[in-house]
Amino acid sequence: MSKMLGASVFQLVLLLCISPLISGIIKTLKARLQTRRGPGIFQPYRDLNKLLRKQMVIPETASWIFAAAPIMVFATSVLVGLLVPMITADAPLSLFGGVLAVIYLLGLGRFFLALGALDAGSSFGGLGSSREMTISALAEPAMMLAIFTVALSASSTNLSEVVRGAIGQSWRFLAPSQMLAFAALFIVLIAETGRIPVDNPATHLELTMIHEAMILEYSGPYLALIEWGAAVKQLILMTLLINIFYPFGLSLQWNAASLAIGCGSYLLKLVILAVLIVLVETTNAKMRLFRVPELLSVAFVLGALALISTFLF
Amino acid sequence: MLEGLTAALIANGWVAVLLAYAAGSLGSLLCVRTPFLGRLLSTGLGVAGGLLQVLVSLATILEGNTVGWSVPSGVPLLDIGLRLDPLSAIFTLALGAVAIAVSIYSFGYTSGLTARRLAILGFFFNLEFLGLSLVFTASNAFFFLIAWEVMALAAYCLVSFEHHHEATRDAGILFFVMSHVGTGFLIVGFLVLHSMTGSLEFANFHVVPTPLQYGALFSLFLFGFGVKAGIVPLHIWLPAAHPVAPSNVSAVMSGIVVKTGIYGLFRVYFDFLGKPPQWAALVILAVGVSSGLLGVLYALIETDLKRLLAYSTIENVGIILMGMGASLFFSSISKPELAALALVGALAHIVNHAMFKTLLFLGAGSVLHGTRTRDIERMGGLLRRMPATAFLFLVGAVAISGFPPLNGFVGEWFTYQAFLAGFGSTVSLTKLVFPVAGALLALTGALAATTFVKAFGISFLALPRSRESEHAHESHWTMLLGMAVPALSCVALGVGATWLIPGLDSVTGQLLGVRSSARFVVSHGVVLNSGALRGGTVSMPMIAVLLILLSFTATLIGLAGFRRANRRTGPAWDCGLPGLTAENEYTATAFSKPLRMIFAALYQPKREIQQQFDVSPYYPKSVLFESEVEQTFESRLYKPLKDKLLQRANRLRAIQAGSIHAYLAYIFLTLVVLLLFGARP
Repeated sequence: MSKMLGASVFQLVLLLCISPLISGIIKTLKARLQTRRGPGIFQPYRDLNKLLRKQMVIPETASWIFAAAPIMVFATSVLVGLLVPMITADAPLSLFGGVLAVIYLLGLGRFFLALGALDAGSSFGGLGSSREMTISALAEPAMMLAIFTVALSASSTNLSEVVRGAIGQSWRFLAPSQMLAFAALFIVLIAETGRIPVDNPATHLELTMIHEAMILEYSGPYLALIEWGAAVKQLILMTLLINIFYPFGLSLQWNAASLAIGCGSYLLKLVILAVLIVLVETTNAKMRLFRVPELLSVAFVLGALALISTFLF
Repeated sequence: MLEGLTAALIANGWVAVLLAYAAGSLGSLLCVRTPFLGRLLSTGLGVAGGLLQVLVSLATILEGNTVGWSVPSGVPLLDIGLRLDPLSAIFTLALGAVAIAVSIYSFGYTSGLTARRLAILGFFFNLEFLGLSLVFTASNAFFFLIAWEVMALAAYCLVSFEHHHEATRDAGILFFVMSHVGTGFLIVGFLVLHSMTGSLEFANFHVVPTPLQYGALFSLFLFGFGVKAGIVPLHIWLPAAHPVAPSNVSAVMSGIVVKTGIYGLFRVYFDFLGKPPQWAALVILAVGVSSGLLGVLYALIETDLKRLLAYSTIENVGIILMGMGASLFFSSISKPELAALALVGALAHIVNHAMFKTLLFLGAGSVLHGTRTRDIERMGGLLRRMPATAFLFLVGAVAISGFPPLNGFVGEWFTYQAFLAGFGSTVSLTKLVFPVAGALLALTGALAATTFVKAFGISFLALPRSRESEHAHESHWTMLLGMAVPALSCVALGVGATWLIPGLDSVTGQLLGVRSSARFVVSHGVVLNSGALRGGTVSMPMIAVLLILLSFTATLIGLAGFRRANRRTGPAWDCGLPGLTAENEYTATAFSKPLRMIFAALYQPKREIQQQFDVSPYYPKSVLFESEVEQTFESRLYKPLKDKLLQRANRLRAIQAGSIHAYLAYIFLTLVVLLLFGARP
């Protein structure tokens, strides 16, 4: 019990501390690839710090839903973070919810964010809300197929079991089914975190924005909660991807040495995945909104192929 | 000794339930001169009957025993037989809870009616509850059909209650016709069973049919019960009847009447017909998947709040049938443990759907009461004007979207687990069916969430879009109390799922012969388990507790910066135009536009835009926009069928000459032909 509590607190701190850093790394790397200097990898911390001190402006038309949305986004993201194995194969609370709980809890956060966006009554909020719900709905089947593929070998939706299963077969990540499932989940990750080519996190152009349109009316601490929650969500999805498919270095015991190895390898894998995301972001142009379903159907087909190839290999 | 005592208590309790509903029904008619007393009597006895029904059903489920008795009537083959077994009790439990909620709600909801109409409504309402109670417990096919007709006719009268509108009359007739086509199939089905067993008692219907007989019985009952359950493509009466019925009626129709179809399917496929062939299970699974997906896709683009909820009922029936199909499949390949897993998913969703759909329809009724409109495009800003209704509706919206820790998640979770186990433990290529079904269930769930973001967000948030919603008022407290009952149940059935799921043991025991709650609930009863040793786990109470704790923390962070004035209000961004008005808001149609374009192949959307402008096309003086979506099933399937039928009927008019002698001759000829048939040995 106390071990569970300790692990939870440890992971909670890690989650909240690292997530802005990863956003900062992605931003800076992207700037460097575009031959800009970039804001530096610690900029997200400074942003959060500043936002938390700012006074916030609440739209006159808004109700309590407007305030509930950032709280729910933050709470669900952090809760999901405790269900996912980060540096130890056993997530602190993995018994309390597997991958289905992860998907549906993130959905709960999105549900409230979409409502919060509608609450202010401006067209932008509605636009963002409608697009976000559309894209996430279309990403769902691809995600489920890929998850079926990985959950199968462990015959469990419990993430710690899935990860343990992956550790047991050390060369499994080379299997075609795993690679296809990785590709499918990578596309889902791009869509869910609102990155190019699905959404551009750096723009406020009304024709293209999705996530930014939803949070246009937010300011001050509420905006900080949303940004922080979004960073945590991004970290969780990245963690899922690297730990399910490449569980190297995950610590199996609770001692200093293996934890240190776990931390080191985890950060290394995160940075590699971040580089991959940055490469995709820099080499692609943002898609038209109605091309995004095609991308997501590619993800669906990849997921289906992954499943079928579990028969063959 | 003790068991005998409980059995006697349950039996007497059940009779008391029936008497309460009957008394409520008649009392309402007798008190036509004292409307207040009549209203009190009919709703009060509805609540009393419902409470007792919940208790009796719970006792039956927990005890796991079957109580039945039978009284011969004078009519051959007709025994007035009642039997309350765990399967029936699941449905009567939901019925009792819905009866409580709807009866409390009706007290306030019907206050504006004239004495005569009030008496009629109270009469049919309690008659409907009585009919439903009998349908779920009849143990003789003849008696079952009588109860079925009582239920259907009372429902017809309730749907047509506001018969001064033409739309209501049309919808009522559609319901009437569809319902009786379904009953026709049922009668044939029961006659086939009678010819096989020589009896009309349910207890004697446990047959081992040949493949051909199975096919015949399977399809007859699928059509017969499928009409009531609202499976696609037999669903068209639902979106027609629900919006025009009074909202308390819609709640009962969607919450329970639709479930009678599901009950029938469970009774026949699990109880009567024994081990199913694989194809039958796959058919049910396919029907479930297509109903789920098509139901939610039509709900998504709907702008009539009650029609939206009706389509969403079709979706949820689909989800129930997915679990049922998976369960039948596992029975067919002799894996009863997995069949129990899928069955638990379906059963949980039956009760859960009854709760949140009742809540949402009552909420829609409250909105309709406050704004006099069902059109989402004319609502907006209702959260400020009807805060309690809005909150309760939100609970229902979160629950139906399947988000933890509310109850919608539980059934879907078990269904996913069953799909996963199904893929892992079958060998043939059919196992690919399961991940595909799982993916489509995920799509269905996500689209449902989108639908309810729209339904709640456009109706209740931001600025009012019409005068009606500007002057909306909160409903009477009894209506709110009536909504609070299912809302609390949604929370309790979700958070408490780990303690409630073991109760389903008696049903899985009855239908499949396995009791596996010990494997479904682990860790001192706080964690749900998929049944396997290292299977999937989820803990609803812990998720609820953690979510509350973390929300509290987030609230504290949100209040940071308290040192200065933390917040001020200001106008929302209006693009530099003078002030934000309701015309700036996104509409429900706009909200679903991306998905309408993506699924254009299904919707076949047509639109027409007319613009008038003076100088530049960028500044139109007036814009006329019309958009229409094809109701594929109505126009492609039912309309040709109806036209054909009318055409044939017209030809038959030749023999309808209007001469009574000719008619007498027809009757005589028919009699002779029938006698010739009957005379054959």
